Amino acid sequence: MTTAIPATPAPAPRKFGIDLSKPILLAFAVILCGLIVMPLSWLVVYAFTDKNGAFTVGNFDRLVSDAAYLDPLLTTFALATLSALICCVVAAPMGWLVARTDMPLRRTVRILVTASFVTPPFLGAIAWELLAAPNSGLLNQLFREITGAPADAHLLNIYSFSGLVFVISCYTFPYVFVLVANALDRTPGDLEDASAILGGKTWDTARRITIPLALPAVLAGALVAFLQAMTLFGSPAILAMPAGFHTITTKIWSLFQFPPKPELAAAASLPLLVLTVILLRAEHMVLGRRGYSVVGGKNSESRIVRLGGWRWVMLAAAMLVLMCPVFLPYFALLNASFSRVASHLVSLGNFTLQNVRFVFFELSATQGALRNTFILGTLAATAGTILALVISYVTTRQAVTGYRVLGFLATAPAAIPGIVLGVGLFFTYTRPPFVLYGTLWILLIAFVTLAMPAAYQQLQSAFRSVHPELEDASRILGATRLRALWQITAPLLRTSVIATWCFIFVGVIRELSAAIMLFTSDTKVLSVLIYDLNESGDLAAISVLGLLMLVITFSVVALANSLRGGNARRNVAVG
Amino acid sequence: MTKRFSKRDVLKGAGALGLSAFAVRVAAAPAAEAVTPALIEAAKKEGKLSFYTAMDLQFAERLGKAFEAKFSGIVVRVERSGAERVFSRIGQEYSSNIHAVDVVNTADQAHCIIWKQNGWLAPYLPEEVVQHFDKRYYDPEGLHVTTRILISPIAYNTSLVKKEDAPKSFKDLLDPKWVGKLVKAHPAYSGTIMNATFEIARDLGWDYFEKLAKQNVMQVQSATDTPKRISLGERAVMVDGAGYLVIRYKEAGQPVEIIYPEEGTPLATGPSAVFKAAPNPNAARLFHNWMHSREAQQMIVDSARQYSPHGQTVEKPGVRKLADIKLMKEDPEGVHAQAEAVKKRYAEIFKV
Repeated sequence: MTTAIPATPAPAPRKFGIDLSKPILLAFAVILCGLIVMPLSWLVVYAFTDKNGAFTVGNFDRLVSDAAYLDPLLTTFALATLSALICCVVAAPMGWLVARTDMPLRRTVRILVTASFVTPPFLGAIAWELLAAPNSGLLNQLFREITGAPADAHLLNIYSFSGLVFVISCYTFPYVFVLVANALDRTPGDLEDASAILGGKTWDTARRITIPLALPAVLAGALVAFLQAMTLFGSPAILAMPAGFHTITTKIWSLFQFPPKPELAAAASLPLLVLTVILLRAEHMVLGRRGYSVVGGKNSESRIVRLGGWRWVMLAAAMLVLMCPVFLPYFALLNASFSRVASHLVSLGNFTLQNVRFVFFELSATQGALRNTFILGTLAATAGTILALVISYVTTRQAVTGYRVLGFLATAPAAIPGIVLGVGLFFTYTRPPFVLYGTLWILLIAFVTLAMPAAYQQLQSAFRSVHPELEDASRILGATRLRALWQITAPLLRTSVIATWCFIFVGVIRELSAAIMLFTSDTKVLSVLIYDLNESGDLAAISVLGLLMLVITFSVVALANSLRGGNARRNVAVG
Repeated sequence: MTKRFSKRDVLKGAGALGLSAFAVRVAAAPAAEAVTPALIEAAKKEGKLSFYTAMDLQFAERLGKAFEAKFSGIVVRVERSGAERVFSRIGQEYSSNIHAVDVVNTADQAHCIIWKQNGWLAPYLPEEVVQHFDKRYYDPEGLHVTTRILISPIAYNTSLVKKEDAPKSFKDLLDPKWVGKLVKAHPAYSGTIMNATFEIARDLGWDYFEKLAKQNVMQVQSATDTPKRISLGERAVMVDGAGYLVIRYKEAGQPVEIIYPEEGTPLATGPSAVFKAAPNPNAARLFHNWMHSREAQQMIVDSARQYSPHGQTVEKPGVRKLADIKLMKEDPEGVHAQAEAVKKRYAEIFKV
């Protein structure tokens, strides 16, 4: 696949060295096309083709005329909108609390939000089944215990639309939180100080300085949350069927059961793509005139708001929020791992190691799935970070004409449900010249592609906040673009890069929707194994595997944190 | 292949119309195969096999471990999911020229019809199958053998429902008192449920399901999940599902009880086959052969609590004899012809 990326007029040659940046950038553009354009092309081809390969729009006709397709589409839209809204309402204040106030245990709160971010949504959904299934759920049992309500009364019903919105929000809000908290972290206190010096009250400063500064991050967060909720497969796959409805992703998945109807699935996914393009344009229009370069050559510490007595109230509120994605589900998984009956609390008479023994010594799929997950996580994180780094550099610095295309390509996968990308990749890589189905490579491609939008957005906003003046200084002093990048920008971005690497790694562990299309028995990953176990309701084995998954993830995050810990100070102190 | 005719083959031939028919018969029916030292040695050289199955996971792994214990050095990797997903999986892999499956065991005879048509199955008749299995339990060309016989009864949680209040028939489940209390598995995932849905729709009519859908039924995927849900107390009654798991849970002390519905209990037999393009052809044949030996078949009865087609297995008390249950009639050809329509209709009625 070739892409025309016209070169910018070459600047006057520098004294030493050849600037390799152009060919390297071109190469990345080509890679990106392979990752995204090819599967997308296949999708479009399938969407407009009938079973015999002739052109048709009949697939779309069926889509809008048949309630079996239209209902899931509308359900998904409502689901994603509500989730994004809830995420913003909950996460933006929390982000502000940890970044800009003297609330106690701010670091702990951040760690706990990270914990909810790395928790796979399907695992969270299963844990919430254990907690809030109307009859067997632990919380409902507790409710009946306390109130003396009759046996079929329940407080919560996770098998419902609102239940699904709740669970999706639990594991989507960290996207908003991280963006907001990071943005506020990076925003120096100068402007707020200035406002205060000029007599601005706390609220005035917040309204006129802090909120506008954080707004781009909140909106970007809302967008990411919406897209995540819309394209999520894991939670709906667990909860929507017992609740008796389909989302668009579970519908698409069901269209690939025998006999597969790829043309309908392709047609069903295109509206999502269009919707995302529109949203991205909208974001661009909102944020376009508000490019703040807040990390420049000069900097100051950010300003902390003193909450006084409210500190503890705020902490309690934050902890209450974190009960939902972290404490309660983890407790439920731990309980189910060691209980004879998943819906009974562990007691002396009830304690068992049988579930652990089953997973590690009897379940023949465990070992292979662990190995595959680990290999794919490492490779995808490394390749994905490098790709995202280069692309976000190109787009923020507008280094090559046609950078918009690159930016669009990097963001586009957010619009493709993983499961549909999975199918696109399936068609692309089951035929010559690249026969990759049945190998780990096709999963690697899927994971890198799926991680790209978030990784790209993260690194792009990091790049945006580093003013080019530092790089320019380096280049004026004779460095090539690559050298300026390596010596000036790279150290400044170190924290973001490590964060992105972790982000992709845990993303791979969380990923189910593309993997479910692309795995073969030899290339099964942990998430698929858990999905298979869920199909037959093996909750205890799922709980053990889920805890194992979380342990691996937290180890990686802890490792990365210790690596970047030493540099964090330096980053802030630069200038 | 050794040319060795069993008495059964000869009788079969003799009963046929003439000499030419005899010749055709012999060409079609493979000789019964014993477990030979040469087969064991070749299987051990391969050292592994992958077993795609719709059996409940715990038992499938137990079966694999028993095989590994008997033939050390051969690792069994179990690929478990619902029969309809196993079927989709193999179709997807084969259409991409990935031949990963060695032996399959599903819960839907219709799958074997299609695999046979596709020419994907290897003829292989274990000796004990020819000796001890009724003819209706294996393909005359030796392409597939019924490994286990499943029923999909109703069942309920005894701490939520009193014995006298328990439903006795499918019709009883339409009573308003069961609104929000039923759990049901899905024919697009489970082979057992595909067959049960086909049989119920045929015998009671689709309007039965239309009425049932108004009962606010909790929908899960696998036939092995519904017994778990009533055992947990998540729902009081399962409309369909793996009867054998209800028996196992009851024997493990869980508060569950089986009901054989008055209209008849849906039946699904679970066939196994060796794939022609199996990556471990000898290990596959050894496993297939062993799986239909008396030893493994007795495990199907004692440990899986399913019914065995092997004539020499001994029944274990605690479960109603198959002959004493009023069964709905299994119809693989019918399921084969209507599977897609069944899934579509079902999805329309239950919205998932």
